[in-house]
Amino acid sequence: MSGTFTPQPGAAPLPRMVLAQARMEARLLVRNGEQLLIAVVIPVIVLVGMVRGAERLGLDYDHPVVDVVTPGVLALAVMSTAFTSLAIATAFERRYGILKRLGASPLPRSGLLVGKVGALLAVEVLQLAVLSVVGLALGWDPHLSGVSLVAAVLGVLLGTAAFASLGLLMAGALRAEATLAAANLVYLLLLAAGAVILPASAYGGFGAVAQWLPSGALGEAMREAFLDGTVAWRDLVVLGAWTTLGTIATTRTFSWE
Amino acid sequence: MSDPAVVVDGLVMRYAETTAVDGLSLTVERGTVTAVLGPNGAGKTTTLETCEGYRRPQQGSVRVLGLDPRAQARELLPRIGVMLQEGGAWSGARAPEMLRHIASLHAHPIDPAVLEERLGLAECGRTAYRRLSGGQKQRLSLAMALIGRPEVVFVDEPTAGLDPAARRTVWELFEELRRDGVTVVLTTHYMDEAEKLADRIHIIDHGRLIASGSPLELTRGGTVSTIRLVVTKPFPPEAPASLAAALGDRIEVVLLDELSLLVTGPADASTLARVSDWCERSGVLPESLTLGTRNLEDVFLELTGRGLKESA
Repeated sequence: MSGTFTPQPGAAPLPRMVLAQARMEARLLVRNGEQLLIAVVIPVIVLVGMVRGAERLGLDYDHPVVDVVTPGVLALAVMSTAFTSLAIATAFERRYGILKRLGASPLPRSGLLVGKVGALLAVEVLQLAVLSVVGLALGWDPHLSGVSLVAAVLGVLLGTAAFASLGLLMAGALRAEATLAAANLVYLLLLAAGAVILPASAYGGFGAVAQWLPSGALGEAMREAFLDGTVAWRDLVVLGAWTTLGTIATTRTFSWE
Repeated sequence: MSDPAVVVDGLVMRYAETTAVDGLSLTVERGTVTAVLGPNGAGKTTTLETCEGYRRPQQGSVRVLGLDPRAQARELLPRIGVMLQEGGAWSGARAPEMLRHIASLHAHPIDPAVLEERLGLAECGRTAYRRLSGGQKQRLSLAMALIGRPEVVFVDEPTAGLDPAARRTVWELFEELRRDGVTVVLTTHYMDEAEKLADRIHIIDHGRLIASGSPLELTRGGTVSTIRLVVTKPFPPEAPASLAAALGDRIEVVLLDELSLLVTGPADASTLARVSDWCERSGVLPESLTLGTRNLEDVFLELTGRGLKESA
């Protein structure tokens, strides 16, 4: 005879667990109003503001402003999700015992991480779709080719990896409130001075530093892809280096509780 | 008999200044409800968290279903259920969503709708976790521990903060878990909970095991247990000796006054039966026959010199 609770334990197949985790996390990311603000509303305001503002001021670049700014705003969107949203969400998962609870579930930690990355990529696809449409409506004329798309995808993937490793580093070391403050602050600083929206050359002397930041490298990778249709190898290597640094530091310092 | 579900052997756990667990050894047999009873700060949660693989034993060892909870976590974790003392859900998630998520991590989960109904979670509806009442959070947490059909569940203070009706629901659930062959390890500082639910109780204090046994053994079978016999007419003079002879040498019979006798010794069911037989044969009409019941509170008091609740 078997009852409701008769033991029949077992882990679900790994791909199913990872998919479930990614779906749950993506849903929670999208449900959160503040996150939505930073993920979509701010990049849209930046995009529209920069393009309209540049028209008013009559600024002149080698390319139309919208063609320069849109890839930068796509980079900003990746940064907002992979860094700020991830750091804040993970810090509160630590604080509220969710990581602890999942630590006693059949989902392995590596599966949890893959699930998180999956959720980030799903949200990013939505962000990039919305922002691309807004950009196109403003007259964005991207360089489209097989190479430019591969270059952009590589940029998004490596940018996500770099920012996610840094976001997890922060979330695993600081208290939840401190992470909330610091992740937003870093986002604002990089937005203003990180060479993400505009090329490093627009920042004068600081540009020499900014091009080595993950924000500058990701922005440059996206601009090269959509302005020139080329792969920005230097910037991808910079992103890879940040990923390596971030991952090593995170595995050494991350505390699950 | 199969191997024990849990074996804790010489466990020592220290935090900074304090020793939370101090050479603890205990065993939990499969298919039992076992309570780890002790005051706050006795080392109950630390012991449980070591079994769940959250903490590495500093000394000694812990085995759950024969497995090392840290080295063999991937093998062990699908087979156990864990109810944390607090938290464990996303603040923006809804109870049914949370339960379904945990279900999706298991191969043969219980239908979430069944557990929702059993634990009164349907009432939570679309409310976000952070707005649920303490009792609702507690019941969700229990549901998450059970949904994967585990062999062993570890529940930390399962009824803390529940109202009496919800407490009874949880107690009935534990009875059903026992019937279905699930091993339940629960910590509690409620004496009545341990006494009512548990097949075996391990009493711990200052990180040490101070007594183990079934509720009956702990409260009556041990050192002093009594049967008090009160009759309607005075006992004949030979009554104490005659009753003592009927009960055998391990049992003492003392005449308290002309209408009452105290039987001291292992006062089990057979002693009780022999006392009532003796009454019949001797033509004595009992007015009352009372088993001396020491409750766990008394046991704890006797063992430590202080009460369960006062000793934080």
